[in-house]
Amino acid sequence: MFIINHRSFFFWLTGLILAAAIGAIAAWGLPLGIDFKGGTLMQVGYANDRPDVATVETELSVLDLGAVSVRASGDSAVAIRTRTLTPTEHESILTALSENANTTELSYTSVGPALGSQFTNKALWAIAAVILVIVLYIAFAFRKVPPPVPGWAYGITVVAMLAIDIIVPAGFFAAYVHYTGAEVDSLFVVALLSLLGYCVNDVIVIFDRVRENLAKSLRENTKEPFEAIVGRSISETFTRSVNTSLTVVLALIALIYFGADSTRNFALVMLVGVVAGTFSSIARSAPLLIPIARWLNKR
Amino acid sequence: MTRYRVFAVIALLAGFFLAYFAWTTEANPLSQYRFKFGLDLAGGTELIYKADMSGTPEADRKDALAALQGVIERRVNLFGVAEPLVQTEEESTLAGITEDRLIVDLPGVTDINAAIAALGATPTLDFRLIGTADVGTSTQTVYLPTGLTGRYVAGATLGFGSGATSGLTSPEVILNFNDEGAQLFEKITSENIGKQLAIFLDGQPISAPVIQETIPGGKATITGKFTATEARDLVRNLNFGALPVPIELESSSAVGPTLGGKAIADGVTAGIIGFAIIAIFMVAWYRLPGLIAAVALAEYLVFMLAVIKVIPITLTASGIAGLIISVGMAVDANILIFERTKEELRKGEDSREAVKVGFARAWTAIRDGHLTMIISGIILFWLGTSIVQGFALVFVLGVLASFISAVSLSRVFLLAIVPEKGQGIWKFLLISGFHKH
Repeated sequence: MFIINHRSFFFWLTGLILAAAIGAIAAWGLPLGIDFKGGTLMQVGYANDRPDVATVETELSVLDLGAVSVRASGDSAVAIRTRTLTPTEHESILTALSENANTTELSYTSVGPALGSQFTNKALWAIAAVILVIVLYIAFAFRKVPPPVPGWAYGITVVAMLAIDIIVPAGFFAAYVHYTGAEVDSLFVVALLSLLGYCVNDVIVIFDRVRENLAKSLRENTKEPFEAIVGRSISETFTRSVNTSLTVVLALIALIYFGADSTRNFALVMLVGVVAGTFSSIARSAPLLIPIARWLNKR
Repeated sequence: MTRYRVFAVIALLAGFFLAYFAWTTEANPLSQYRFKFGLDLAGGTELIYKADMSGTPEADRKDALAALQGVIERRVNLFGVAEPLVQTEEESTLAGITEDRLIVDLPGVTDINAAIAALGATPTLDFRLIGTADVGTSTQTVYLPTGLTGRYVAGATLGFGSGATSGLTSPEVILNFNDEGAQLFEKITSENIGKQLAIFLDGQPISAPVIQETIPGGKATITGKFTATEARDLVRNLNFGALPVPIELESSSAVGPTLGGKAIADGVTAGIIGFAIIAIFMVAWYRLPGLIAAVALAEYLVFMLAVIKVIPITLTASGIAGLIISVGMAVDANILIFERTKEELRKGEDSREAVKVGFARAWTAIRDGHLTMIISGIILFWLGTSIVQGFALVFVLGVLASFISAVSLSRVFLLAIVPEKGQGIWKFLLISGFHKH
């Protein structure tokens, strides 16, 4: 099996991708949106020509709003981000903008800082909880797996992989944010959590095959080495892994091209995550079992 | 074989029925089963208030929150909204503090500031006894809460009494307590004759009459420095309901109708195109099973739409995304089974047996995979905000339905078609991909 024979290459490749992702997060950061920090985001549409961002900024500068960020949004709208506004301040923005142009407010969201920090906490807990529950479930589902690797080690392997699976799309998003000015919103957390579920599903299919082949080899006493069994399991499930992620990728591409604006960034993060996750379950998860088996046998 | 054919026909008929149901209920504007769209799609305003329960004893908080909900509902109805929704949410944070929230959804309302003003104008009213307390060397006036609040006010009327100082009639507000409030008021007045009972409106004392005698009957009169307009407004607001506890606006959002309408259209387009591409891929790669999977997926989809309509689940942009992604995932179980079937065929099994073994072998992987996805979906739902829950609910339902559609529908259809001892053309139809056979 190609991947098993060249697994050190794939480990290095993974390391490189991971380093790039962590580098992107470290260099550009993941700016948290109003769902986390609190604040106001409003979209205002222009019936005729949309003025420059600088013009809008000047119009707003007379109001005492603290730091204001104005960005173009779509073809005929602007997105304005500020601290949490009072209804009066909100009204004053609308008045200021409609002085020289025909504007309509398309959307308005204001989140208090307390609610935001609560959501941040919950999001972190949710990610940790999902990972923990998945490990426990896998350790349980694989408790009767034949040697050389015990069930809990499958669980640990999955965690190592899942951690990487969410770092890569997060790194991509850091770069994406840097160039587009998007922000981390609650849908980003949704994307990461669904990716956790999806990637685990992907690995389970491969592990399930390893489990089946191990049992068969034990039954028929073929004395096939563990490495060969893992390799065979990967190649037997290869078409399925690729085809499944292909169908999900097709659905996501449809969402990105034709779907609603509000779910576009979400679909993009999912897309990167699904591709990275498929690669990692094929090239990393099962091959990772081999060094674990060696290490356990040495002791 | 006959058994499977009967099942297959029933499943197909059920699919047509569900599709017919989804179509006709949507075409009929009066049907109660039309899709319910969230505010991000239909346009509207959502206001989230935090209820300040610091002055309410632990035991009374549930009642107070329910009373608050009732008052706000009355208030919202007066605002003239088609299908308003007022929900309460009780949440324990990790620090062990319980937070009570009120979530007000106003579909179709886009003037968020007018909505805030209309709801926020509702007064909070409470009665406090004036006493004194020694703080260090000085004596200070303190206000002792009596537990009698706007919660117990059944209604208010406007009256004019004779002004004490000017001789002119001055407007006064007459409160009518409900039974519970009347008893409480009688008890307070009987126990505190000679003391001052201050009436607080929105946290400010507006008058502090001295209790002359026990007042039975549950009527109290507030005379203060009202103008006629102020008194009339207060009566109106009290009749809409005084708030039992103070509330604070925590988060607000509004979406205009144009943005929402576009999001629905985009979501539908993405769904149709996504489904079509997946179906084409499945047929091209998996041939007969692919076609059957496409039919099973279509059934899966109409089933999901019917469930969403019947429960009903409010669709949001994130919910539609969840539905589209779950279609992609629903294919997975089919792919697992077909790949397995193919392997069995290569080993030389006859077609029908290969299908049966393929399903049996794929089962453990399908079970484990779907369970972990459902777990992450449930945790997502717990995360809470409406946008996240919109996705999680559809996602979990979608994974469940995909599970059923793959292990039952695809199987029944395949076994209904593939004959015993299927050789030649059947093997070609079942084997797939671009491998050498």
